[in-house]
Amino acid sequence: MKIIIVGCGKIGSTLAGELSHSGHDLTIVDLNADRLSQLTNSLDIYGVQGSAASYQTLLEAGVRDADLLVSTVDADEINLLCCLIARQAGTPHVIARVRTPLYVDDIRFYREQMGLSMAISPELVTAQEISRLIRFPSAIKVEAFNKGRVELVELKIPERSGLNGKSVSNADKLQKSGVLVCMVRRGQEVMIPDGRFVLQSGDRIAVIVPPGKSRELLRLMGVEEEPIKSVILAGGGKISYYLGRILLREGIDVKIIERKPERATELSELLPGATIILGDCTDKELLTEEGVEDIQGFVSLTDLDEENVMLSLYVGTRSKAKLITKINHVSFDEVIDNLPIGSVVYPKEVVAGMIAQYVRTMQNSMGSSVETLHRLGGGAEALEFYVRANSPLIGKPLQDLQLKQNLLVCSIIRQGKNFVPRGKDALQAGDSVIIVTTQTGLNDLSDILK
Amino acid sequence: MSLNLRMVVHLLGWVLCIESLFLCFPLVASVIFWEPVIWVYVVVALGCLVVGFALTRCKPKRTDFYAPEGFVTVALSWILLGMTGSIPFVLTGEIPFYIDALFETVSGFTTTGATILTDVETLSKASLLWRSTTHWVGGMGVLVFVLAIIPLVGGHSIYLLRAESPGPSVSKFGPHMKDTAITLYKIYMAMTLIQMVLLLLGRVSLFDALNIAMSTAGTGGFGLYNTSIAGYSVYVQVVVAIFMLLFGVNFNLYYALLCRRAKDVFKSEELRVYLALAAFATITIAINIVRQVGSVSEALNQAFFQVTSIMSTTGFSTADFNLWPDYSRTLLVILTIIGACAGSTAGGMKISRVILLVKHVRRELRFLNHPRSVEVIHFEGKRVQHEVSRSVNAFLIVYLMIFVCSMVLLSADHFDFVTNFTATATTLGNVGPGLNVVGPLGNFSGFQPFSKLVLIFDMLAGRLELFPMLLLFTPSTWRNR
Repeated sequence: MKIIIVGCGKIGSTLAGELSHSGHDLTIVDLNADRLSQLTNSLDIYGVQGSAASYQTLLEAGVRDADLLVSTVDADEINLLCCLIARQAGTPHVIARVRTPLYVDDIRFYREQMGLSMAISPELVTAQEISRLIRFPSAIKVEAFNKGRVELVELKIPERSGLNGKSVSNADKLQKSGVLVCMVRRGQEVMIPDGRFVLQSGDRIAVIVPPGKSRELLRLMGVEEEPIKSVILAGGGKISYYLGRILLREGIDVKIIERKPERATELSELLPGATIILGDCTDKELLTEEGVEDIQGFVSLTDLDEENVMLSLYVGTRSKAKLITKINHVSFDEVIDNLPIGSVVYPKEVVAGMIAQYVRTMQNSMGSSVETLHRLGGGAEALEFYVRANSPLIGKPLQDLQLKQNLLVCSIIRQGKNFVPRGKDALQAGDSVIIVTTQTGLNDLSDILK
Repeated sequence: MSLNLRMVVHLLGWVLCIESLFLCFPLVASVIFWEPVIWVYVVVALGCLVVGFALTRCKPKRTDFYAPEGFVTVALSWILLGMTGSIPFVLTGEIPFYIDALFETVSGFTTTGATILTDVETLSKASLLWRSTTHWVGGMGVLVFVLAIIPLVGGHSIYLLRAESPGPSVSKFGPHMKDTAITLYKIYMAMTLIQMVLLLLGRVSLFDALNIAMSTAGTGGFGLYNTSIAGYSVYVQVVVAIFMLLFGVNFNLYYALLCRRAKDVFKSEELRVYLALAAFATITIAINIVRQVGSVSEALNQAFFQVTSIMSTTGFSTADFNLWPDYSRTLLVILTIIGACAGSTAGGMKISRVILLVKHVRRELRFLNHPRSVEVIHFEGKRVQHEVSRSVNAFLIVYLMIFVCSMVLLSADHFDFVTNFTATATTLGNVGPGLNVVGPLGNFSGFQPFSKLVLIFDMLAGRLELFPMLLLFTPSTWRNR
């Protein structure tokens, strides 16, 4: 597909990396020649230097015959203008980054009247992602498949868990509840386990569960889970605002610590239900005073990555709160994953992931049959395929299929019900299948064969 | 981390495979003409294939590929091409000494067209075709060919294109490196074929037409006869002259034409200067030689051919310009140094660099008058980035340094100053003929082996735009980074 990315900042370059590796024709536009050449030197993409809002530049980038344009520059107005130009010039799909809350509320208008395919507010989607984690505190990640009929939950096997030292096929508690371990991350290694694989405490596993059963599963694993009723948000930026809004609506107590008096006042106006504390969130005394020791959730959302990491580390030593850390820039995930700072949220990856998913769906209408795609980190992907009537896999028992290495058929959803497939099961037309694999770039269900 | 040598070796393997593919050209020729040299080409082609295939089996463990790897791969590839490509000449006994054969082959691949042969006409047809083939491959670049056919890791392959393609700033046509490389070769092949057809229409034999077309396309200059192109009809001479001019044009412009962006072509500053310079040189030289030649039309024909041949750094000749008046000789030497457009198959310093240098000088002069003036330099309608300015200035300095060192080393030989000067200029610019001993009807056979090595280095440095060859000898390239 021909894709134009405007702006090579955090999101633009993350997205470019992702999309160029899945073989799309990428053109990137930026005003800054240095940043542009840095990116075009490291990726097989075409760079156009110029202003995002200039028709000439966009023509040079090929808006006339592009399939998708994503505008990710700093200014919302330029993104909207850029998308408008591209739409008029003939690009069928346009995505804009819109971050000012004022405009975010107008998104429906832009979608309906200006032909915008999608407007992404990085802060809003990050807040949504964090709120999902707060709702399900023991999970590191929760992803939905088949319109929420199935959930993929990533979690860490705790110390003293019944699963420690058991092989996947021997963990009868798991077997009985119809739960399948479809991926294990141990340190930097990502594995797709077979029946003989032995689990250990500290492994990060991904399991597929029907939504109602997730609580039950956690109990089986020896994780006590209480719903979170109160959270502290450190830092009062846009994410805190959106997150506060979502959490308050769900009846959760929200306390926001903000350093700047003007912003604190503003926040208290915007979020009347929340408690706004004016102060420095790195002040230990202030944290203690505000009850950090008995808090159930703590989200580090300041502008500085280092500060966020330190805060979460500190709070982790003082309380049993569910920790969530936002990281903007730092790319040392090898190190960060091993720190006891709870779930880590990277806004740029959340956004890039959403757009990559949109691209997959576009391809879907162009012949591929990927319904949903979630990246699990470490190069593993979970994909949902729709089984078309002409698929060559129909009617053959799974055990007779020559599947690729490191690939697991985790779940079949048939007439709205999901089950873990056994070797004798065969696919039927109209099924949806969930595949977890470290082989990236699958486009069609038949790609799972060798 | 050290240099990713496995990756370099892997790519060198591919280069050898490509070379064995191109060795099939003379092989087929030797079969058709049923010449005794056939076994030589069979052995060398098979040898290259076997060794090349073995080297490609060296699978890179790491896929990192940055600028140093790009430069090292390109420089080593070209040295390897010269060293293996010269084996047929030695085995057939046509060029008994290895240094001579190496000179001839490097001259071929770098599209210089300087020869050490005193009598070209005694060569077998197969060897003649191999000489022309080296021009054709060398013109567009071997690694560009490699990029067109192999699936290369990641986006870092731009470093390969950049290290092998001429010009101050190298860019791709589209998102994928591979498509760019394929498009370049498609344009190149199409133009070569058109020229061949035009030559065939001029009653040139198929073998001659193929050789001349390949030699012109690479802007090489190896001829089939001792008199180069002088023996052919005026029609053939004009066709060759026009195509030499065309192959000296930036291939990006042909791509723009393909995309129906003719406006870009007319707007190109470099093209305008190139054509204007060619017109100016043709007319003034014609006036200068008209008395010597006799008729105005013949003077124009000879001037046009020699000017396009030298500017495009091809090096064919239809007249012995060594005997021309001093103005013409001087102008041709200057054109030798300037060369043609960036992004073409031609050599030399490139018109675009000269334009940028002139613009820099102009800005400097204005700056002396108005010390607080601020002026941005524009080229081809775009602002010139600081890196480009810097690399152009560095290029000039390095060019002069290599030039001076070569001159000094050559002066130890027994030739006069003009010979040494033009020999250096012509090899560094990948042109071919110089003046006096190395004039259009002369050759390089009289130089000592050491001088020939110096000139071989000059040719490689000139073709690869100086820096890759220098980096090969820079310790920091090899040290851990």
